[in-house]
Amino acid sequence: MPHSREDPHQPGFWRKYIFATDHKIIGLQYGITGLFFLLFGFCLMLLMRWQLAYPGEPIPWIGKFLGESRAPGGIMLPEFYNELGAMHGTIMVFLGVVPLVFGAFGNYFVPLQIGAPDMAFPKLNMTSYWLLFTGGLIMLASFFLPGGAASSGWTAYSPLADIAPVGQTFWLIGMVFLVNSSLLGAINFIATVIQLRAPGMTFMRLPFFVWAQLVTAFLLLLAFPPLEAAGVMQLLDRVAHTSFFLPSGLVVSGEPLNVSGGGSVLLWQHLFWFLGHPEVYVLILPAMGIVTEIIANNIRKPIWGYKSMVYSVVFVGFMSFIVWAHHMYLTGMGTAINAFFQTTTMIISIPSVIILTCLFLSLWGGSIRFNIPMLFALSFLPMFGIGGLTGLPLGLSAPDIHLHDTYYVIAHFHYVVAPGTIFAIFAGIYYWFPKVTGRKMNEILGHIHFWPSLVLMNCIFMPMFVQGLAGVSRRLYDGGQQYAHAQAVLPLNEMSSICVWLLGLFQLPFIFNLIWSLFKGKKVTSDNPWEATTLEWATPTPPGHGNFIKVPTVYRGPYEYSVPGAAKDFTPQNQERI
Amino acid sequence: MSGAHDIKEEIRKYWKVFTALLILTVVTVAISYLKFGLAAAIIVALTIALAKGSLVACFFMHLISERKLVYVILGFVVFFFLSLMLLIYASYFNVPPGVKIVS
Amino acid sequence: MEIMPYIVEERKDTGLFNAKLGIWLFLSSEVMLFGALFSAYVLLRTGAAHWPHGSSILNVPIGAFNTVVLIASSVSMVFAWAALKENKFGKFKLNLGITILLALTFLVVKSFEYGTKFEHHMYPRTSTFLAIYFTLTALHALHVIGGIIVNSYFWGPGAKMWQADPARFTNRIEIAGIYWHFVDLVWIFLFPVLYLL
Repeated sequence: MPHSREDPHQPGFWRKYIFATDHKIIGLQYGITGLFFLLFGFCLMLLMRWQLAYPGEPIPWIGKFLGESRAPGGIMLPEFYNELGAMHGTIMVFLGVVPLVFGAFGNYFVPLQIGAPDMAFPKLNMTSYWLLFTGGLIMLASFFLPGGAASSGWTAYSPLADIAPVGQTFWLIGMVFLVNSSLLGAINFIATVIQLRAPGMTFMRLPFFVWAQLVTAFLLLLAFPPLEAAGVMQLLDRVAHTSFFLPSGLVVSGEPLNVSGGGSVLLWQHLFWFLGHPEVYVLILPAMGIVTEIIANNIRKPIWGYKSMVYSVVFVGFMSFIVWAHHMYLTGMGTAINAFFQTTTMIISIPSVIILTCLFLSLWGGSIRFNIPMLFALSFLPMFGIGGLTGLPLGLSAPDIHLHDTYYVIAHFHYVVAPGTIFAIFAGIYYWFPKVTGRKMNEILGHIHFWPSLVLMNCIFMPMFVQGLAGVSRRLYDGGQQYAHAQAVLPLNEMSSICVWLLGLFQLPFIFNLIWSLFKGKKVTSDNPWEATTLEWATPTPPGHGNFIKVPTVYRGPYEYSVPGAAKDFTPQNQERI
Repeated sequence: MSGAHDIKEEIRKYWKVFTALLILTVVTVAISYLKFGLAAAIIVALTIALAKGSLVACFFMHLISERKLVYVILGFVVFFFLSLMLLIYASYFNVPPGVKIVS
Repeated sequence: MEIMPYIVEERKDTGLFNAKLGIWLFLSSEVMLFGALFSAYVLLRTGAAHWPHGSSILNVPIGAFNTVVLIASSVSMVFAWAALKENKFGKFKLNLGITILLALTFLVVKSFEYGTKFEHHMYPRTSTFLAIYFTLTALHALHVIGGIIVNSYFWGPGAKMWQADPARFTNRIEIAGIYWHFVDLVWIFLFPVLYLL
């Protein structure tokens, strides 16, 4: 049933903005929610880093509000430190980054970039968002339970997680909501990209951003269910006293556990990491997609090796399912199994390097524009490079014996996610802000945000490699104070903490910029202010219901910049003649 | 897929598949009373289940008339499912000498 | 561009309408979900000092009966779709109704089975065999309930769409059918693994 722009059946406020089915509104909902949780998860870390820098000292200002059960006399209890750690990880990964890179950027721009009127299943899309929202509320609520929030790490290993306080039960229920949100979203993305491409938009003309989101969707679709199954089993262990993950003969506080036993702790780890490893590619692939779009646009020439990048990202997605036990080298598995996973892990590093190399090589001979999105996108390259390279000794089982569960691991994955993915998120916000709002964000505030953030990220995480190599374990509530081998590297704790607090300070210009520019930002004078080639820039600003005034036809690839003989240095995908 | 004649053909096929499924169910239950060793019993039971499952998938779920795309997706799913199960199973048996798995 | 394409007609290069791809993707995730539980079964059984033969704990004739019930419901489901293809709405309602009734029968038998177990103080916590048995069959039963809800909707209020857009309604029944056949398919594996091995 067709309806025009001046449709008398316009949905009311609630159907339009709250229970919205338009992918752009849903994308914004994911964006606002994701940014809120990113900030909240970051604040948890700000609190943790006081304890790491000054173990046993009362927390200034906030200490008295935390209450006797968390910080008596303002001094953080180890149990509370563990809560902060577990929830920082959980919230950042599942409520911050994934909703932003997949839910927000993916939802808003995938349909636009393929020339579609919306996602294939708009009502399912709405359901996905509200499942995420509910899961997030459950996670937040868990902080107020007796015993507090989950405190067994974001990895929730059994048997500890089986016997933890009720916060862990809330964590499991919350995860069920989050997992299902992602599953439904993944179905939507895949169906949309396969079925709703505009005429002429072949797979090899898709922007790399769309390829990255497509592979990410497959990872979510197929890797999450085993974690959901494991979550249900852990829930049953906790609530129905089953023994899925409880071996026989467990004794807790001197009392044997009254359970049947016969379970396997390794079963939890296998099922968790079967999701856990693809999950990290869920965190990075969309970021690579965002960065590629921005780099292509700001070098004014085609991306070098587009085809290689596409094959690589598909190969990475495939391999990511069979590398998971490199997180389990120290669980007592034998050399054959370790060698298998070590081999697949080494193989998977190759396509990642190919993608990074293609992006680096693309810069050669480009007319580079150093705007704020490009600064963030460019810095992603060496930061992800460091993150990726430092993963190699972790992926090899021999050095991993020394490095497993140390600060080296924390440094490795934060390099990839923090100055990696989060910088890509910033880049995407600065880049696509004009399409969504019709205004540009302020350049000066952008510089004040970017340069200190880049420096501070390195100051925070580089020392952690040193600490890890010295053998300092992760998840120690006093940062290693009690250990002889940690004494030499202890002062680095204070340095990282101060840099984290400064990093927090320098996000304020960004938050201010984001909100201020909504109302007072410089208005753009064109629908395509960055002079880009991809289809999202061929819509009105912001795009209306149905996105395109008429169905676009695609005639060319996604990065036709500086085509010889063309009048302008960019040729949009839907432009027939140069 | 149109035409009353086509659909009558389909309906005939469905009755045949139903009959086959019933027969296979009887067979799988009957064989279970024969008390094979575990390995043989597993192979027989799973083979019959696979046959029944294939009939349901191909004919009731119309998989046999689908094009390449669905097969490619399902192919990957089967591969990942088998990897999950077999690698977990294999890791149980591959332990360093002197290490015992407790359960 | 106001109308969503490929809701009814198939896209030429994939041969699919949107919801059909959607349901196969959903079922792919379900294969991984049940697959993980089957993997758990394999590991728990391998590591167990003692694992009972399914038939020593579970009632094989009742399980076999339920298998036949579910297979029959799968047949009636596909007949319901075929009836729509033949433009026979009455036949559709009859077959879909039979499907729902057979599904309810399955659940009644299952709850009888669970009841007997509980009467004999056999709970999920009693052993890992019972734990995985209850978990697998309960998750499956939840999917049966989901199918009953969806099918009941299409039997009742949802059937109005047959008047307005018969092709789209037929597609919806096909999709509901594919889901329902999958529920049957899972049981086809569950039954021998749990009851016969």
